[in-house]
Amino acid sequence: MRTLLFVIAAVATVGAQSAPDRGRPPQLGPAPQLNLPPIEKRVLANKLPVWIVESHEVPLVQVNLVVQAGTGNDPAGKFGLASLTAAMLDEGAGSRSALEIADAVEFLGADLSTTSSFDASAVRLNVPVARLQDALPLMADVAIRPTFPEAELNRLRQERLTAIIQAKDDPASVVPIAFARVVYGTTHRYGTPAMGTEATLKAFTTADLRRFHADAYQPANATLLVVGDVKPDAVLPLLEKQFGTWSAAAAARTSPLPQAPQLTQGQLYIVDKPEAPQSQIRIGWVGVPRSTPDYFPLQVLNTILGGSFTSRLNQNLREEHGYAYGAGSRFDMRLSAGPFFATAGVQADKTAEALQEFFNELNGVLKPIPAEELTKAKNYVALGFPSEFEAIDDLSSHLEEMVIYKLPDTYFSRYVDNVQAVTADAVQKVAATYIQPKKFAIVVVGDRKSIEPKIRALELAPIHAVSVEDVFADREIR
Amino acid sequence: MDRRLAAVLALVLLAVPLAAQSPPLEVPYRMFRLANGMTVILHRDTSVPVVGVNVWYHVGSANEKPGRTGFAHLFEHLMFEGSKHVKEGEFDTLLEAAGGNNNGSTNNDRTNYIIDVPKNALELALFLESDRMGYLLDTMSPERVNGQRDVVKNERRQSYENRPYGQASIELDKMLWPANHPYNWPTIGYMEDLTAASHADVVEFFKKYYAPNNASLSIAGDIDLDATQKLVEKWFADVKGGPPVEPVAPPAAILSAVKKQTLKDRVQLPRLYLAWLTPRTYAPGDAALDMASAVLTGGKNSRLYKRLVYDTQIAQDVNAIQASGALGSSFQIVATARPGHTVEELQKAIDEELARLRREPPDKRELQRAINQTEANFYRRMERVGGFGGKADQLNSYFVSGGGPDYFAEDLARYTSLSPSDVQAAIIEWLPPDRRVELVVLPEEKK
Repeated sequence: MRTLLFVIAAVATVGAQSAPDRGRPPQLGPAPQLNLPPIEKRVLANKLPVWIVESHEVPLVQVNLVVQAGTGNDPAGKFGLASLTAAMLDEGAGSRSALEIADAVEFLGADLSTTSSFDASAVRLNVPVARLQDALPLMADVAIRPTFPEAELNRLRQERLTAIIQAKDDPASVVPIAFARVVYGTTHRYGTPAMGTEATLKAFTTADLRRFHADAYQPANATLLVVGDVKPDAVLPLLEKQFGTWSAAAAARTSPLPQAPQLTQGQLYIVDKPEAPQSQIRIGWVGVPRSTPDYFPLQVLNTILGGSFTSRLNQNLREEHGYAYGAGSRFDMRLSAGPFFATAGVQADKTAEALQEFFNELNGVLKPIPAEELTKAKNYVALGFPSEFEAIDDLSSHLEEMVIYKLPDTYFSRYVDNVQAVTADAVQKVAATYIQPKKFAIVVVGDRKSIEPKIRALELAPIHAVSVEDVFADREIR
Repeated sequence: MDRRLAAVLALVLLAVPLAAQSPPLEVPYRMFRLANGMTVILHRDTSVPVVGVNVWYHVGSANEKPGRTGFAHLFEHLMFEGSKHVKEGEFDTLLEAAGGNNNGSTNNDRTNYIIDVPKNALELALFLESDRMGYLLDTMSPERVNGQRDVVKNERRQSYENRPYGQASIELDKMLWPANHPYNWPTIGYMEDLTAASHADVVEFFKKYYAPNNASLSIAGDIDLDATQKLVEKWFADVKGGPPVEPVAPPAAILSAVKKQTLKDRVQLPRLYLAWLTPRTYAPGDAALDMASAVLTGGKNSRLYKRLVYDTQIAQDVNAIQASGALGSSFQIVATARPGHTVEELQKAIDEELARLRREPPDKRELQRAINQTEANFYRRMERVGGFGGKADQLNSYFVSGGGPDYFAEDLARYTSLSPSDVQAAIIEWLPPDRRVELVVLPEEKK
């Protein structure tokens, strides 16, 4: 007890001696450098590239097989095929059934996921390093030797058809689907959800899945990424054994998606959700591809507009007016130009007021950005960058980005400098190019009866009334 | 400390021959208390040049008074709006300009705040945390309360009212807990109580619950322990202590029969909620019920998933969870019917599977599968220092629940020591068919 009292007394003394000066915030020392671990690049016998990054903090390892074909490669009339193919990989593979695969993976304490995005597909394994040797054959079966059983296809089909019903019930799910359809239409792949539509889902056969898998999942079209508590020389023989004999069929020819035509005049769509207490808003148009030379100025611009808590949209709609829990904006960059959008869920009785504030900010960001605000945004992106490399799945997802978008090896080590090099002129220039509010599509999912009169009075753009069923159907709504 | 760990590990190895060779699960820390009563926990991890600063105030919605539900959470929002030496808006501006992120969360039992910064901004984070702990009221105003009241009402609209099935969890707690039990009302609060919250309530709540002696600070990341201790002493020594906080003394919560209710919502698919009152977090039965939830709905081979979603396909989804709280827990099973199927079909199948587990324990492999996953997840939780669920947050959580900050190995041992009959016994004791809540959400009739 005496010891404890003594310690507390000593602490109190120390505190009193250096009473802090709260007159101004403490100065920051020099920003720490992020030393990225090197990427060890190898090749298996079948030419499958392997990238290995050592990270020995925790006895885990992440192994991702990235296949460079995704939703963007869905054939016309078969929207949803890449997504369904990826989802079916672990529903039967090698000699195992769906249930046997799940049991084996879970028993190892592993996490094996199969997934796809617009630009790629991936099989990802996260496993305690002591179990890597047992888990890799399961992963290889799932990636290379899926069996696509008919019964499992029918089960996933029903699951996805039901998910569409559930999406119709949820205004937050309706708004991105309606917005994509309005901006890209029914023909361009970005205008339809990755999962596809009721009609395409009903038509898929196991032959469709087999063909997509055979065309896309090939060593010439894939990269194996390994991050974690492993040494390259020790892990390579394991990878060679499981993936090195994967036969290299002729590389599939996938044609790049066409650039979607840009919108030319503003249109406003109200998707009716009777009695909704909030209106879901999404405003924007066709943005930029990931390969844009304007990447860094756009990161800074979007951080200012709607990419951080202190961004103008969030400050206005949340902090100043209290119309929303949060508001933001985003350039969704893909192999082809993905959408730019500003978005929020706002209280129904303030829908028109909120729309007006969105446009005030979209127009406002076209004016020169004050120097202090520009510096804050650059620092937020640049100085926060190291935290994106903390866990092995952070590292492996950055490696995936390098593979999919063919970024140079030095890309992430130069990232911070590239952000800091962005000038005020560059931000103003990209704002003028990519933020043209008069041409934006505006989608509002909400209680039409109560919100339409005040929206109409704003005279933002011609108004179209749309039903939820229209949004999910295979027809144009624009 | 080393001796205790060795003993626990021996237990783990005996119980789990298949998961042998796992390295020790250990998070070394330094702990001390300031004169004002605040506990401080420091942990060094230099894997990236980042620091997680994490504060728990030992107050949650369970401490709220009648007519002011949702207040602990509304108060959390006000903590970001500035304090005596931090102008309104500066809290976020200063952190973003340093490359930092921040957030807060409120539940029944506690309110936690996180600031994640590059290591050169540690002192800035301590300045901001200490200023709002010491000087929040100096610049608090009715206008600030009004501003965040509107934001929180929109959070409620977004997360509950405009979300399919969003009202169900609120209704479920009302049915489970007696009206005078503090888990009866939702952390987000009732709209009319949010409307009634006043500036005077903020003053009273801060003085009562936000003193350093009712808080704990945990810092994990790329830090020097001695230098960080000095910085903490520098910034928090002038924060005055407050009166001790009386622990919440809840009335007994017992379900003595089946309570049924039906809600209507703007949805197309019916959903069934079954819920029971169960042992509080870390109490005997809590871990066994976690494993029961895994046996029931963890993965394709789990009892309920396999039967309802995989084999018969009468459900779109089924999930079970032991929702652990400091004053008590609830075990919930939630299933959504496929088109053309009913909640009665779901309930019959669920009850048959529960009855089967009451008759005979799960297979050894079934339980081991769940334990192996739990063990791997303990290591996955070791990777991040900051954010919700990072190491700083976990050290604080273990400290607050009484086991000491580095309770990781003991916590894991709660699971690895379980046998199939333990899980069976927990299901028999805590998930009886005749004392529970049955809540159904049905589609509104088309107008």
